[in-house]
Formats: sequence, structure tokens, C-alpha cells
Amino acid sequence: MKKYTYTEKKDTRSGFGAGLHEAGKKNENVVALCADLVGSLKMEAFIKDFPERFTQVGIAEANMIGIAAGMTIGGKIPFTGTFANFSTGRVYDQIRQSVAYSNKNVKICASHAGLTLGEDGATHQILEDIGLMKMLPGMVVINPCDYNQTKAATIAIAEYEGPVYLRFGRPVIPVFTDPDQKFEIGKAWMVNEGTDVTIIATGHMVWKAIEAGEKLAELGIDAEIINIHTIKPLDDEAILKSVKKTGCVVTCEEHNKFGGLGESVARLLTTELPTPQEFVATNDTFGESGTPDQLMSKYGLDAVNIVEAVQKVIGRKK
Amino acid sequence: MKHTIKELEDIASQIRRDIVRMVHGCQSGHPGASLGCTDFFTALYFEVLNHKTDFTMEGAGEDLFFLSNGHISPVWYSTLAHAGYFDKSELATFRKLDSRLQGHPTTHEHLPGIRIASGSLGQGLSVAIGAALAKKLNGDKSYVFALLGDGELQEGQNWEAAMFAPFNKVDHLIASVDYNGQQIDGPTNKVLALDDLQAKFEAFGWHVINTDGNDMQAIVEGLHYAKTLTGKGKPILNLMSTQMGAGVDFMMGTHKWHGTAPNDEQLAVALAQLPETLGDY
Repeated sequence: MKKYTYTEKKDTRSGFGAGLHEAGKKNENVVALCADLVGSLKMEAFIKDFPERFTQVGIAEANMIGIAAGMTIGGKIPFTGTFANFSTGRVYDQIRQSVAYSNKNVKICASHAGLTLGEDGATHQILEDIGLMKMLPGMVVINPCDYNQTKAATIAIAEYEGPVYLRFGRPVIPVFTDPDQKFEIGKAWMVNEGTDVTIIATGHMVWKAIEAGEKLAELGIDAEIINIHTIKPLDDEAILKSVKKTGCVVTCEEHNKFGGLGESVARLLTTELPTPQEFVATNDTFGESGTPDQLMSKYGLDAVNIVEAVQKVIGRKK
Repeated sequence: MKHTIKELEDIASQIRRDIVRMVHGCQSGHPGASLGCTDFFTALYFEVLNHKTDFTMEGAGEDLFFLSNGHISPVWYSTLAHAGYFDKSELATFRKLDSRLQGHPTTHEHLPGIRIASGSLGQGLSVAIGAALAKKLNGDKSYVFALLGDGELQEGQNWEAAMFAPFNKVDHLIASVDYNGQQIDGPTNKVLALDDLQAKFEAFGWHVINTDGNDMQAIVEGLHYAKTLTGKGKPILNLMSTQMGAGVDFMMGTHKWHGTAPNDEQLAVALAQLPETLGDY
């Protein structure tokens, strides 16, 4: 198992804030909009340097999506910012008609995704957003795994023409990816090469997968770990190549197992290479109040759950 | 004036013919408010709007128009065709398979003149505001026009947009409301009354004017007047009273022709009231 270490913990939303600031410096057409959550989305640096390119819309997410879609017509590249719940479910029809169907170059940037928003509880958590967004024709869906990857992804989506959903989180987590990485939309990252099982992880679950990989190594199981940061378009090639070698797969996501990364992988495998698969994901449930760590544990999203899923799926190999 | 009022009325007559023929041709679509807004579209595209028919999405240096109540697509399509955006023969494809003239307007098939999809109601004012903000950032002093249905104002997003625009001094925006008092389930006064729209928009900080949307002279003057009010910190709202079905007697004054197509006999009666002035498609 390749050794991953970290010297600091940071939140992915701060990676977004830093990336937005960078993207704004690179391209004067980058504009930002926010629905009364500037601090939560870490937009301050952008606003300080580019006040005329920032629009505060107030608590009016539907209007924010419509305004963003309209701004693209004038050549702007709008980044909208609010919590993941209010970025998706609340404004689904606005995104569907004014952004996705109209193919507008809007970047829907969603913080506080998944359970790890923590104490605010289920009204503010969302475990359905990947499914909602990947269902929209033409929508790119990205869920980066740490501060550096989120920053790189934010810069990359500004250079991509078309609608994008970028999902990130609230808690501080280990920073373990390359600070100078080049983010390639739709391209998997090989975290660790192995032969016994393929673990495919996205977002906050990537670090958990690394922790699981270390435990599995102690048990004599050589896990291949792949980070799928782009859930749509999926890197079919990387997944198939790995699964051909290992013969089984565990998918890991901070999301409902219905509609998430795991289902995308299952759809690919069932048509191309039927393979035993286990899902580390929430099971058709809402979240609740608690600390992020307590919630990840209660809802089965810890390294130990990945280890158990790996042992189970290896047992299902023919 | 680029055209006399008589010339504009003649164009409107042809557009009305197109509308009833298009809706008859596919036996679906929304003739009522399309006919009611024909004079507005004619005045806008043939007299008021600074636009190029050599279409670009950005429309830099041009005035932009957004239709929020997308179901009145027949009037927009016919207007765009006669203005020169595409050949009028394409009007025969309205609502048919593989057509660029979808039931509700969309950019998906790249029809020149359309900049965003509409149909799911209540979204157009926000989009128009966004386009106006982008123009401001680009130093482009052109106008942004929008048309909203009155029933559509029951959608909450309109009021988010209505609150936003004055506070942010989006003042090159001229939004018109097709104030025909009708919606699918009946008169707006019975479904969900709009009450005093002028007072409501004024309370939100808009400069509100009133026009007769079925009097060509009045609508041309009203839109020109609206332009003189721009640039003063307030968005402009044109409360435009119209008759649903205007120009075809049996379709007027009722919500029944909101989304109903005429049969052969009704088509003949309607066309007899609408002189063919520019040649049918």
C-alpha cells in the first residue's frame, strides 16, 4: 500500500474559495453569485478583489440560477454558491430548463454536501444531489476529495464550456493530494495499485478508502484504490481496466446508494463486465444532527465499513 | 418610425394568420395569448428593438428579448420569421417531429432568435436580469426586454426577481406583462387574483407604465416611452392590457382558447377576419 500522509487538515469548501479566486484572476469573465452564504462558501477573496463581478442575490436561489443563466448570454462564466441542498433540489426545475436544457455555461457550486454538514441536521444535509444532477442531460458532476483537488477542479471547470455541478463539503479533512495537480475532468486518479479488489471512492470517502486500504494490507488484502472525482462523465476505461484485474469492486460515497456513484459504476459493469459489487453509501435515508464523525460512523461510511464490504465482495468472487 | 402604424398592423394581421394556421396544422398549441400579444411582438421587432437577424447568442450591442411565458411560441416564431431570422416556410413544422420550432421555445435545436428555453413558468425575468447584468459588466448600454404572462406572476420566482432588480439598479430592463386576466383554469380573478399589480411592482421599486397592448399606436409609443425612462436607477414594468384571442372574434375574451386548436371550420372563420398581407407560409 502506497503511503499517504498529511501535514494539515482543511475543508474542501476553502479549496473552492481559493480556486474561485484563482479562476477569477485568470479570466475576467468569471463571475460569482451567492444566496446569502458568502462566508460558508469562502467567497471572500474573490469578492475582495473583484467586487463588481460578484452578485449577492439574497435568499433567493431560484432567482440566482436564472440570473446566472442569463449572464452566460453576455459571455460570463457564473459560479453560483450555496449549500448543496439549496443548489439542487430546491432549484431543480430552474437548473433543468434555464441551465441544462439551454446548455448554459453555469457552474453550480455546492458546499455542505452529504452528512458532514453535521449538527444542522437533515434539512440542510443532502444525500440525493449526485443522483439529481447526473440525471440531467449534459450536466458534468464532480465531487473532489480534498482541499487541493477541489481548488484544482474549480479552476478546471472555469475552462470547460458547459454546465457543471461541483459538490464539496464543510468539515476539515486531511490534505493529501498534490497542490500543483492538473485537474482533468472525467479522468480517474489511481490512488493505489493493487490486485485483490477495486475500491472506487469519491469526495470525503477517498481518505476513508486510504485508511481502509492500510487496514486491508495488514489483513493481506492488496486493494486497488481509484478516485473517481468526476461522476459524470464516468471514466469507464479506468474502471474496466481495474476491475478486469481485480474481479470485484466496492464503491464508496457520502450519498444515498440510490442514484449515486455506485449505481453509475454498476450500470457500466453490468453492461460491459458483470462483476460482484458492494456499496458503501447511505441506505435510502435522511441524515440527522450530530458531529460529522458520529454521523459517518452511524450511517456506515467509515474505513471499517469499507473493510467489511471488501471482505464480503471478495467472498463473492467466483 | 421605421414603419407606419398601418404597415405594422398589416404585419400583425399576417402574424395572426400564421398563428391560427400553425396551431391548426398540428392541432395543438396556444392561440389565445399568442393572438393577444401579436401587436406587442410586431411593435417590438419591427419598430422598437435594435437587433440583427444575423443571430449571435451574445447579441453584443443589440437589444435582447426574453419570453418567459413560452407557451405563446407561435407569435414569436412567426414574428422572427417575418423579421428575417429564418424562412417562413419553417413555420409549417411547428410542434412536429424533428422541428426547430418546439412547442415551447428552446435553444436546443439552435433556432435563431432564441437565447434560452422557456415554458416552465416564472423563470424569464431572472434570466433577463442576468442578461442585463452581463451587458452592464460588458459596458453595453443596449436594452433588455422581457415578456411575462400575468397568470405566471403567481410563480414565486418572479417576486424574487422583482425584489432584486430595483435594489441592484437594473435599469436598462423593460419587462412587459401580458395583462389579459385569463389563465388555464379561468379568469385570474377567480383562480388567484393578482389584485393591484401596479401597486405591487411600485412597492418593489419598479417604474410602472400602463399601455393598451392591442392598440398599435399605443404600444409603439408605450415602448418608446419606456426606453426614455431607463438609466434612472429603476427597472421598467409595462403593464400591458390585452385581449386573449385578439383579432379573432370567437376566441376573444375567454380563457377557452388558451391551449385549444381550431378545427377546419373555425380556421376558415378566423382567416376570413385576418387579411393575408405578406403571403402565407
